[in-house]
Amino acid sequence: MVKLNGVAIQGYGGYVPRYRIKAEEIGRLWGREKQELPIEEKAIAGLDEDSVTMAVEAARIAIRRAGIDPKRIGAIHVGSESKPYAVKPTGTIVAEAIGAGQNILAADLEFACKAGTEAIQLITGLVESGRIEYGLAIGADTAQGRPGDALEYTAASGAAALLIGRLTDDAVASIEAWNSYVTDTPDFWRREGENYPSHAARFTGQPAYFKHILGSINELLNGDGYSIKDIDHFVFHQPNVKFPLAVAKALRLEREKVSAGLISGFLGNPYSATSLLGLVKVLDEARPGDLILLASFGSGAGSDAYILRVLDGIVEKRERAPKLKDFIERKIYIDYASYARFRGKLRLR
Amino acid sequence: MRVSRHWRNKLFRYRLVGWRCVSCGAFHYSKPLVCKRCGSREFREVELPKTGKLLAYTMVKIAPKDFKDKAPYLVGLVELDDGTKILGQLTDFTKEELKEGARVEAVLRKIREDGENGIIEYGFKFRPEIHHPP
Repeated sequence: MVKLNGVAIQGYGGYVPRYRIKAEEIGRLWGREKQELPIEEKAIAGLDEDSVTMAVEAARIAIRRAGIDPKRIGAIHVGSESKPYAVKPTGTIVAEAIGAGQNILAADLEFACKAGTEAIQLITGLVESGRIEYGLAIGADTAQGRPGDALEYTAASGAAALLIGRLTDDAVASIEAWNSYVTDTPDFWRREGENYPSHAARFTGQPAYFKHILGSINELLNGDGYSIKDIDHFVFHQPNVKFPLAVAKALRLEREKVSAGLISGFLGNPYSATSLLGLVKVLDEARPGDLILLASFGSGAGSDAYILRVLDGIVEKRERAPKLKDFIERKIYIDYASYARFRGKLRLR
Repeated sequence: MRVSRHWRNKLFRYRLVGWRCVSCGAFHYSKPLVCKRCGSREFREVELPKTGKLLAYTMVKIAPKDFKDKAPYLVGLVELDDGTKILGQLTDFTKEELKEGARVEAVLRKIREDGENGIIEYGFKFRPEIHHPP
């Protein structure tokens, strides 16, 4: 457990692409009935979007909320497992697109679905030590599931960005503590050059998702006088609708403490962006003084857990830019044929 | 060739940063030697506003070779909030939203890709503006 001092979220942004496919439409191809499907619908990046463009969109919203000159940003870390280039950083493209300076640190991270929350750890370290004034932690993914695989129903697209700086009176939320919990677990992987990930189904739940999320949360809570009943909102990684609710049940949480951060039923699982988009949704609704526990999960496997305290600055800052609800509501439904084209499953050359 | 052209124009493509003629106000997306409108040699760097309104649009169904994989797509003439008129692709529009006068905002998108192993050219496109309370 690591305690932080004087570090805060100064701006945040979530982006969800406009296109949705219903799980029922995917199930139509593979002979699955509605009651067998893990979610209602998922968000899909358009033909001209990828994890770079979505990262930029989320970052621009975070900067707008913070109201700072992008030239004051000293580091940009982008977590993703769907980088458009195998070799060429996403962070440099984001930096130029948002108008950051050139004497900055830009590096990409990969850890399945938890690469975005890892970025927060690196940025908070740089801010707390005084090496940078502001930094951007971004999670962005256009997640891919092999056609017909169970993952195809949930693998979605989205991005979220946190602009982190020193704690000030007008900050959105202070970041008070974090813990990371990792083991070598073969639950999900993608080999170099492969288009789609593979998973060992029996490892997905208990030995991977539940063990790591609970392991990370328990250490965080035991280590520093926070108790479950003090926390107002819990945000968990959500590969489907069931898993985060099962964690809530294991921790004996009231439903209203988890409901604000649930997104997978109607957005799917945009991997590195999932838990961060849950956090964005909570920040859109939270009151100053609320305590938030955020716990990501990344296959392979690990979980990062954070304690955040919402501050007065949120009231004014969240109105400066579109909220997640604005993106959730502006949807266009597409059929499987358009989905196949948008996600590169239909090759034109 | 295309890699260098994209690199040269990236400030304009990413952030609508270009050059405005100090004497007549004409906008140039790359810094010219002389103003194409008045012949002046003085320019200042400007970042154009990212929002404006759609003046006219058309749908491209038979696309040039580099854009074939993106067709059909929309191209629009947009008047930005400072009065600058600019041509660009439109994205994420529904049929109902597509009308002259529609409010739009510039977002970063993939413009074209040089095959499967070439460079990805990112740049602005206009989408319907997402409204939010001030």
